[in-house]
Amino acid sequence: MTSEVTLQTVCVPSEDVVAREIEGEIIIVPLVAGIGDADDELYTLNETGKAIWDRLDGQRSLAAVAAEVAGEFDAPPAAIEADVLGFAAEMAQRGILTAGA
Amino acid sequence: MSDFVRRTTRLERPIGSRLGRLDIELTERCDNDCIHCCINLPAGDREARARELTTAQVEGILDQAAELGCLQVRYTGGEPLLRPDFEELYLHARRLGIKVLIFTNARRITPELADLLARVPPLVTAEVTVYGMHAESYEAVSRVPGSYSQFRRGVDLLLDRGVPFVVKGALLPANRGEVEEFEAWAATIPWMDKPPSYAMTFDLRNRRDDERKNELIRSLRLPPDEAVAMLTRRPEEYRREMTEFAGRFMGPQGDVLFACGAGHGVSVDAYGRAQPCMGVRAPELTVDLIRACAAGGADGGGATLAAALEAFAALRELRATNPEYLRRCARCFLKGLCEQCPAKSWAEHGRLDTPVEYLCAVAHAQARWLGWLGADEYAWEVVDWRARVT
Ligand code: SF4
Ligand code: SF4
Repeated sequence: MTSEVTLQTVCVPSEDVVAREIEGEIIIVPLVAGIGDADDELYTLNETGKAIWDRLDGQRSLAAVAAEVAGEFDAPPAAIEADVLGFAAEMAQRGILTAGA
Repeated sequence: MSDFVRRTTRLERPIGSRLGRLDIELTERCDNDCIHCCINLPAGDREARARELTTAQVEGILDQAAELGCLQVRYTGGEPLLRPDFEELYLHARRLGIKVLIFTNARRITPELADLLARVPPLVTAEVTVYGMHAESYEAVSRVPGSYSQFRRGVDLLLDRGVPFVVKGALLPANRGEVEEFEAWAATIPWMDKPPSYAMTFDLRNRRDDERKNELIRSLRLPPDEAVAMLTRRPEEYRREMTEFAGRFMGPQGDVLFACGAGHGVSVDAYGRAQPCMGVRAPELTVDLIRACAAGGADGGGATLAAALEAFAALRELRATNPEYLRRCARCFLKGLCEQCPAKSWAEHGRLDTPVEYLCAVAHAQARWLGWLGADEYAWEVVDWRARVT
């Protein structure tokens, strides 16, 4: 699935995980087997990860997500695009995100 | 992994979470009738069953827990798998993103449940208590014919489906000769990363409901010197662990009653009373989550979990007044090592601040073995305790 993720891809959190927001922190809890490498693996996101995650709503393309995040963090768009792509590809590969067209 | 994501294992409590620990005793009923059990009621006890939380009530408590940032619930009992809605309650927690720790005797693990636990993993290693390695010894404890083969079948199903679990023992006359056999078997379970732990100091009936059973439980407790012999079978390891432990957790606590973690989490009994820990059942320290009560429920309903947590915070202000406690436990550096606590004191004596003589003797026997106390010394007499434990 990694190779399918491009800037045009629209992503949405998979139904195989539960994303919890606890006092501003995103914690992703697998619902089904096979997501983590360990039996009790969870994922937490840092500030940038959260900014990306919050925008993965099944509407915006990754390019749009990257543009918004670049604006929020006042960072060069090209660098953020690469980060967003890397993030989305990895999360899609683990089954945490579902990548659409 | 990308810089934005951190993989984390064994996460029990996110920093911002307001509720660290939630235990729910789904039922006090059990399909075993263990000779040493501090809580069980017969599986078919209709009156108990009628009073138990409904599915919707348990789910409501879980919903509140999720709101408070709780990441893990422990389902215990009695035998939690006796509840016909266990799968529903399990899935409700998991869909809220809550991990589930299951305490069970494994007799009711079916192929369907094992499949479910494999497909939707609990994310916490389940814990199975073992009462014997053979039908004769197991059933001398469980007092239910056929229970041993059901337990073995349950465990085999978990192994077959790769559902992580560990085993624990309860050391009783019928199985004391099987320790080596048990440990050799336990070592073959892929998730056992250390030897099994054992219950051997057995609590009295938690609800103070059966003096005859209490007599039996007292008679089953391992004598202090034998308990120490059991604990020190790996002497170096034991000494190292206890020295580390002493540096971090031991020392006189004065008259503060709850010097432990009680009240930072919530334990809910089978009928919806929130307790500061699983053992504290003194009615004046518990909060009814179902029926209206003083701790502040709304709309004629019970208190919220948040209100219970608030009520429990006040426990940290409670002080002991029993002169015997003040003379001994308040000045005792074994506090922390000794299992005496308000819950055990209440089960034994009906009040929160009384030394429990059996536990006192076990703690002293441990301290003597470690060389922290002389043969005729008592821990509350020792002033230079720091020098002794290092
Ligand atoms: S299996 Fe556990 S809860 Fe059931 S009777 Fe035995 S000790 Fe008690
Ligand atoms: S060892 Fe005895 S005196 Fe010390 S805390 Fe335990 S019960 Fe109290």
